[in-house]
Amino acid sequence: MRPRAGPPLPDAGAQLRRLRFATVWLAGCSGCHMSFLDLDEFLFDLADRVDIVYSPVASDIKVYPDGVDICLVEGAVANADNLELAFAVRARTALVVSFGDCAVTANVPGLRNLCGGPGHSSGEAVLRRGYVELADTHPGIPRAPGIVPELLERVLPLHEVIPVDLYLPGCPPSADRIRAALLPLLDGQRPRMDGPAMLRFG
Amino acid sequence: MTRTIVIDPVTRIEGHAKISLHLDAEGRLQDARFHVVEYRGFEKFCEGHPFTEMAGITARICGICPVSHLLAAARTGDKLLAVQIPPAADKLRRLLNLAQLTQSHALSFFHLSSPDFLLGWECDPARRNVFGLMAADPDLARAGIRLRQFGQQILELLGGRKIHAAWAVPGGVRTSLSAEAKVWILERLPEARATITQALSLYKRLLDGPLQREQRVFGDFPSLFLGLVSREGRWEHLDGVLRIRAADGTIVADGLCEDDYASFLAEAVEPWSYLKFPYYRPLGYPEGMYRVGPLARLNVCDGIGTPWADAELAELRARSGTTDSGGHIVTSSFAYHHARLVEIVACLEAIELLVNDAELMDRHTRSRAGLNRLEAVGVSEAPRGTLFHHYRVNEQGLIERVNLIIATGQNNLAMNRTVLQIAREFIADPVAPDQEIPEPLLNRVEAGIRCFDPCLSCSTHAAGQMPLRLQLLAVDGTVLAERSRP
Ligand code: SF4
Repeated sequence: MRPRAGPPLPDAGAQLRRLRFATVWLAGCSGCHMSFLDLDEFLFDLADRVDIVYSPVASDIKVYPDGVDICLVEGAVANADNLELAFAVRARTALVVSFGDCAVTANVPGLRNLCGGPGHSSGEAVLRRGYVELADTHPGIPRAPGIVPELLERVLPLHEVIPVDLYLPGCPPSADRIRAALLPLLDGQRPRMDGPAMLRFG
Repeated sequence: MTRTIVIDPVTRIEGHAKISLHLDAEGRLQDARFHVVEYRGFEKFCEGHPFTEMAGITARICGICPVSHLLAAARTGDKLLAVQIPPAADKLRRLLNLAQLTQSHALSFFHLSSPDFLLGWECDPARRNVFGLMAADPDLARAGIRLRQFGQQILELLGGRKIHAAWAVPGGVRTSLSAEAKVWILERLPEARATITQALSLYKRLLDGPLQREQRVFGDFPSLFLGLVSREGRWEHLDGVLRIRAADGTIVADGLCEDDYASFLAEAVEPWSYLKFPYYRPLGYPEGMYRVGPLARLNVCDGIGTPWADAELAELRARSGTTDSGGHIVTSSFAYHHARLVEIVACLEAIELLVNDAELMDRHTRSRAGLNRLEAVGVSEAPRGTLFHHYRVNEQGLIERVNLIIATGQNNLAMNRTVLQIAREFIADPVAPDQEIPEPLLNRVEAGIRCFDPCLSCSTHAAGQMPLRLQLLAVDGTVLAERSRP
């Protein structure tokens, strides 16, 4: 799927009220979230403008809510839970940001795609190694329906699963880059994503 | 009908997890389990990469403690090169690890856990978080944010970026500390000191009052404790020997070398979690449960070696040590919070000593050599506990096998035990079929996990393991039988 062309920013009315802001993590290392926390005292400014309605590091809300204006999504899509959450985010969010290299390209988690083969899920390959060949006690691939999610055959970048509205690359994007992207968004503008300061990977 | 209540996701921890509570037909609690639900499979896909890339790749296991992987990878690399690193490099690496312990512990305390006890267990879940703390007590929240920033900034001063700097390398480190950076650190130290002083007195006040029940039931049970100590038996975070202590204070094993980890650690798998269950091999599974991390490091060491930290350690032991151990060992998992604050004190004192050490500023920071060995194990104390990297490479230095034993995983048995203990305490009466368990009680069960500050991004990557050799020994030590796993 291609990213949306237009700038689907939070509607005009949103500018008159506090924005509903969320962050989620899928298959990543939490580094992008740590970089978000590296906004340090800018978090106070952010708190003046937005309500954090969902975030693994900054909220105890368990169900992704309706009517979210902006969501930063860290991580690639690697298992069934990631997939379900990505769909929920898309359905309930005006502006979805593909946040960090794992979301943008699948990055390091995507390296496991090299372990599969034609007709072989890369998930099975890494699981077999970890939990069957190499366990000392009770070898077996963990499976507990409803609890332990199945791995997808391949790890996918976010935009292969849902349309995304903005790419914010970096491993992780630095706090400066995050701030530079957020400031215009809070004013209903699209950030200018050009030049190495905004676009360099890694 | 039996019933399972799932807390999904567990929030204010680092990574993906769920907790399930199992009720029998009468609605009585039967079991509680902690499930880790992510798996990326690092060890497998590291194969074929040069060992010099391992620092860069394995740092991406975890964005909270990339430094731990960086250091373990560099130290494994040192051994593959078979070099002695320059003294300045050793000190710079120590500074890096101390800064990371500080920032990670500050994150755990201020951003993630303190909302539970500062805003209250019953607080509206929409506000019970760092932003709620910023609204309720902006000065304290700002101080906590700046304490974490202090640690993160030192990482950037050393490595050029806060997260995933590829700065420590086999043989040493890439660059030395600039004179301006040294000045910055010394200037910010008093503020960091003031913040931790304030946090400690606040925390002790809570411990004397409202937190007594938590201290008693949040995972208080005997177990082994594992951690690095210096060769003199003092608190250590990078270069030392491994020590295992029992809950009564007895030293079960001492002077262990990381090279032999497979002889004393083993791992079990349970079908309901992607996180394996390491245990102390001689005691078997699950009796060989042990804990690692801040509390374990303080339990295994004889002392810290700097005045303020030693005074705080003495107070922690006096307040919470068990009578069984003559007050030396603290067995309540809730005390991990207190232990983190004590370790921040130890880090700040050690940082000050290091930056004033002339040798730290020496420009020679890297020893160079080619590949001299094909297999090595490196260790570091991550914020959450002892981290092992084990590589085997071919003659070209390409990785053939990797095993990582991650800090958090080693607390898996204890984390499960903790959630069960808390659930038993707070969900003591049968729950009617149509009855919901109140959110604040569920939050307490989750908070049992937060004590350990688990890093689940890290913990499920122990996918590979080195070939294993099993020996059956007679009492006199002769080998009766031997089997190996390729
Ligand atoms: S992009 Fe980098 S920092 Fe962000 S989650 Fe992925 S590996 Fe971690």
